[in-house]
Amino acid sequence: MELLISILIGILFAIGTYMMLSRKLLRIIIGSAFMSHGTLLMLMTVGKLKRGAPPIVVNGVENPVYVDPIPQALILTAIVIGFATTAFALVLAYRCYQELGVDDTERMRGNFDEH
Amino acid sequence: MSTNLITLPIIIPMLTAIICMFLHGRDIRLQRVVAGISALVSLGVGVCIFSRVIDGETVLVFTASGWAAPFGIVLAADLLSAIMVTMVSLVSIACLYFSFVSLDSAREENYFYPVWFCIMMGVNGSFVTGDIFNLYVMFEIMLMASYVLCVLGCSHGQLRESFKYLIVNMLSSTIFVIALALLYGMMGTLNMADLSAKIATLEDQSLVTVCAMIFFVVFGLKGAVFPLYFWLPRTYVEPPAPIAAMFGGVLTKVGVYSMIRVFTLIFVGNVAYTHNIILIVAALTMMLGVFGAVSQFNFKRILSIHIISQVGYMIMGLGLYTVWGLAGSILHIVHNMVVKTGLFLFEGATEEITGTGELKNMGGLLSKYPWLGWGFLAAAMSLAGVPPLSGFFSKFVLLRASVEADNYWIMAAALITGFFTLFSMVKIFFYTFWGEPKPLPEKAATINYGKLLPSCFMLVLVSVGLGVASQPVIEIAMRAATQLMNPEIYINAVMAVPGIRG
Repeated sequence: MELLISILIGILFAIGTYMMLSRKLLRIIIGSAFMSHGTLLMLMTVGKLKRGAPPIVVNGVENPVYVDPIPQALILTAIVIGFATTAFALVLAYRCYQELGVDDTERMRGNFDEH
Repeated sequence: MSTNLITLPIIIPMLTAIICMFLHGRDIRLQRVVAGISALVSLGVGVCIFSRVIDGETVLVFTASGWAAPFGIVLAADLLSAIMVTMVSLVSIACLYFSFVSLDSAREENYFYPVWFCIMMGVNGSFVTGDIFNLYVMFEIMLMASYVLCVLGCSHGQLRESFKYLIVNMLSSTIFVIALALLYGMMGTLNMADLSAKIATLEDQSLVTVCAMIFFVVFGLKGAVFPLYFWLPRTYVEPPAPIAAMFGGVLTKVGVYSMIRVFTLIFVGNVAYTHNIILIVAALTMMLGVFGAVSQFNFKRILSIHIISQVGYMIMGLGLYTVWGLAGSILHIVHNMVVKTGLFLFEGATEEITGTGELKNMGGLLSKYPWLGWGFLAAAMSLAGVPPLSGFFSKFVLLRASVEADNYWIMAAALITGFFTLFSMVKIFFYTFWGEPKPLPEKAATINYGKLLPSCFMLVLVSVGLGVASQPVIEIAMRAATQLMNPEIYINAVMAVPGIRG
């Protein structure tokens, strides 16, 4: 299972990198979203993928097989942050498109010496 | 020592941001009053924390809901954190005052103060957190607010550069999470004290070193080290002076602080490899940063490229990894925070008068605006490292550290950089304040430039004060450095706090 997920992470990263290297604003943002999903899956995988009981001690008896809860908590936080950043990026890209009239990084590059 | 005091640097800016948000649409002076009071209270809290940890032995710890480390969320403030929190509040007061008097109302009334205090919350949070995942969260709070401040006003240049800034930082956040995942997969904990203790017992350090280098890339992107500084000069030029001053003075230092924290507390297993790379990168950052500035003829752009070369000095001390080196780094961070912000504010005042940032369109301001000119010269000389200003002593300590470590090439790099810094600072002074007076725009006569100066001069005075009182200042920096070199003080303090365990 870990192997499958690792391959999936690799695919997500490949897609993300490819999209980020393109020149369109929207593709860059979608690419970074792919990458952040890849990292979230990676966070989940390092906590070991297994089925088991919740990590709760009942009547002083510890469960022999329990799922590590911390990666899930971390992923939740990271999802919220990634969501907010992506939303902001989309708004910014739209505003760039409105104001500058281009969605191509090559054409919005501008000159270092112009102000 | 367990205390709730160290939550205040996070809570005060958060509450201020919320209050200012509700004051939106009312008289702007209400927001100014709230912001001013909050900044002063933050400084008071900073000084209070500083006075509690000044002995270099105490570490203040806060455990959320009474869960003991490593199970709960931990905040911890040692001497370095306390110094950073205090200095950031000080710089923030100067920038806020400058925005009261200079910022255009479209920007100021459009949620400037709430966003400002969100940045302060993220910055202070990064300084006091004791948990590396929370460091990531605090970074994100700070970055999110900085995207907004960077684009506030929506001029074409700002939109263009903000988008690049945003994408670069999204990428670095992704790398940050990867590094966290690797670290958690290896060690099963993210509490910095616990990580440090566990990594020290590892036999095989190779994967830890990989992780360390990923963290170096992440913090290097935020702190703008070679070769990851490409986004900085353009981004920091676009926003108006008080925002640029805040970015230049504070945000890069958060990256450097985090680097110092993880490379003195957690990743110290393979110093010969990691810290040597840091040292080489430091030399390249210094040299390339300063050469980049020499070729420029725009006031603000010279200052922003100089940020890069100064970051080189800050991580040079870390690369040497001795008490003197770290003390030099800390002194340089403190000095640069004050002086760089001051220089950006002087630039703002000059641009307000002349209406341009190009050096070739300015000239002869000294006869009409003597205070501005001499004040700028004092700050510029401090940046270049002329005694008795603070820049001299921080560089002196760094050079002494490199001599003690028998590392003469880094010393040569630092000296050459210092020379070129002096050169470009003199260039600005020469073009802007000396020479034939160039015609000023008509509105220049109506500007009451006296009201722009207090915040600039406050920072110059702090720089002079740090230089004149260098004996006790160096003493405190040495204590902070000694504490960093002995991570067991930090670990013991965090792990010793009683609480619920599992």
